[in-house]
Amino acid sequence: MQRPSAPSSSGRRRFLKAGAGMAAGAAAGAVMGRTGAAAAAAEADPTTLPPNVPWWGQYLGDGVAAHPYGMPSEFEAHVVRRNVPWLTATTESSVNFTPIHELHGFVTPNGLCFERHHAGAPSLNPADFRFMINGLVDTPKIFTLEDILRFPPVSRFHFLECAANSGMEWRGAQLNGVQYTHGMIHCVQYTGVPLKVVLDQVGVKPNGTWLMAEGGDASGMNRSIPLEKAMDDAILAYAMNGEMLRPENGYPLRLVLPGWEGNMWVKWIRRIEVGDQPWFAREETSKYTDLLANGKARYFTWEMDAKSVITGPCPEKPVLRKGVNQIKGLAWSGRGKIKEVHVSTDGGRNWMQARLATPVLDKCLTCFNAEFDWDGGEVLLQSRAVDETGYVQPTMQALQEVRGVNSIYHNNSIQTWLVNKSGEVENVRLG
Amino acid sequence: MSVSAKTLLAGVAGATLLAAGAIAADLKPGKSYDLGRAATPEEIAGWDIDVLPDGSNALEGEGTALEGEEIFMAQCAVCHGEFGEGVDRYPVLFGGEDTLASHDPVKTPGSYWPYASTLVDYIYRAMPFGQAQTLTPDEAYALTAYLLYINFVLDDDTLVLSHENIGEVEMPNRDGFIPDDRPDAQPETVCMSDCDVATQVVGRARIIDVTPDDDETAGISIE
Repeated sequence: MQRPSAPSSSGRRRFLKAGAGMAAGAAAGAVMGRTGAAAAAAEADPTTLPPNVPWWGQYLGDGVAAHPYGMPSEFEAHVVRRNVPWLTATTESSVNFTPIHELHGFVTPNGLCFERHHAGAPSLNPADFRFMINGLVDTPKIFTLEDILRFPPVSRFHFLECAANSGMEWRGAQLNGVQYTHGMIHCVQYTGVPLKVVLDQVGVKPNGTWLMAEGGDASGMNRSIPLEKAMDDAILAYAMNGEMLRPENGYPLRLVLPGWEGNMWVKWIRRIEVGDQPWFAREETSKYTDLLANGKARYFTWEMDAKSVITGPCPEKPVLRKGVNQIKGLAWSGRGKIKEVHVSTDGGRNWMQARLATPVLDKCLTCFNAEFDWDGGEVLLQSRAVDETGYVQPTMQALQEVRGVNSIYHNNSIQTWLVNKSGEVENVRLG
Repeated sequence: MSVSAKTLLAGVAGATLLAAGAIAADLKPGKSYDLGRAATPEEIAGWDIDVLPDGSNALEGEGTALEGEEIFMAQCAVCHGEFGEGVDRYPVLFGGEDTLASHDPVKTPGSYWPYASTLVDYIYRAMPFGQAQTLTPDEAYALTAYLLYINFVLDDDTLVLSHENIGEVEMPNRDGFIPDDRPDAQPETVCMSDCDVATQVVGRARIIDVTPDDDETAGISIE
């Protein structure tokens, strides 16, 4: 065996090449998981396998100073946020998607949390940051980030789901991948100060019943929030998963409204105004109102209802082998904790109880798993969440009977994956 | 470990507990912290730009549709189209009457928006896209008047729209909204076996073929 010199060994170069192949495959095909898995399986280097001693067992790896801020393995280069170019007119007012099919547990890594901006993601110097509270208060105030960091903190795990998650699927099965059908979601540990603690510093007047949260970016995102929510569990958050917010997630301060639609979690928050009536801003009239079949639209549909999806198998994660297969997935509810998840392999005719992974937290992603034996025939996989209020995740048919197909937002229907006879997995609609 | 060391550790643990209790007590509602400072009227005036449906808090200003048309052609039409028809996937700002209950609803200020205040609020705070807050309040009122005029909400292109009458404009879809009445679509009972459900595959995303990297075809958008 030729003596390689780490880290640019020939063996390492071969691995890098395999990694590049995987990345290229991921870019070229919609079914990234299959491409990546096949490339990894096909390109093992026999000189690394028993009884040989692989190069990494002989030579030195990277020193501790090589990566002051570490990144995932180059062989995980396909685990990235993706967007759908035809969805929106610009990338600055657009959305991308969390690769939930590649993740494990209920915490989303910060660099993979989906993004939704309306005027791009500014990166601002925290020294320049100011947060104002005005309106029906005893003393309108301005806070610096340093002020905010001096308040007593809380840390809580919560999911953030875009109101439009699964919105492209109202009229039928459209996008062939769980990243696209369900990836406008992330779940992190948020750290910040309870909003009620900060409101106490300005003295909300008795007639102050509504808040308007306003973003500091060029969209000036503004949403009306009832005071009850602010005094319940709202957080002004400056950190996610232990580090300061990422610019694309609102650095240095954002609003966290557990269980409520993502649009209201105003990023780069610059101001809260206290008032006695809602504002009916653009994002709660033109947008984030849910058109029903009769032409009327629901407004102030704040909570995200109970929902679940199987993240493996899924279109990106085909069923590669006959025999035992693990089903894994995510369930969540904006109205509380997940109580049960049911899984079906026959399109909803029969259901079994899935195992819930602990901890099961309030308004937080909950992992579930179950198993099935694949005999090579067609299988229709579904999951159905039930939350602690007794709410049962509905079928799309049940939702459409009440709402029609033009709601755009709040599609929490049961997702069906068809495992076809070659083990590929497809997004399908049953009827 | 010596007895004295054990005693010492016990003392430290006790002190920690006491400290934890003191911190928890500090979180009582209404506690005042010497943090932040009073905002000046000038600071508030610079940032407080929101407009309520009844026109209260509206920025002082005025404009007509005639004035608005000129501004629209210069600053807005490149994306929204000269007649508000929308270029590419940029928002359509005109038309859509009587489409809300159809299969292809067209939601515009004229067909959908419940309040004129929202137009002046949004135009002033966020438009033109990429150059937010470069318009004067007068220009925001003029553009609002122009959009209301091309949507047949105003029938006079010389009518002066201002902070004094923005709350009085009657939008066609004012009564088109109902409060959240969920939860909905709930089953009578939760069926676990031999459920009577349709299991025919009636739609396949693979055939629609609009998943990124498949091709350039556009699908049904959320915008």
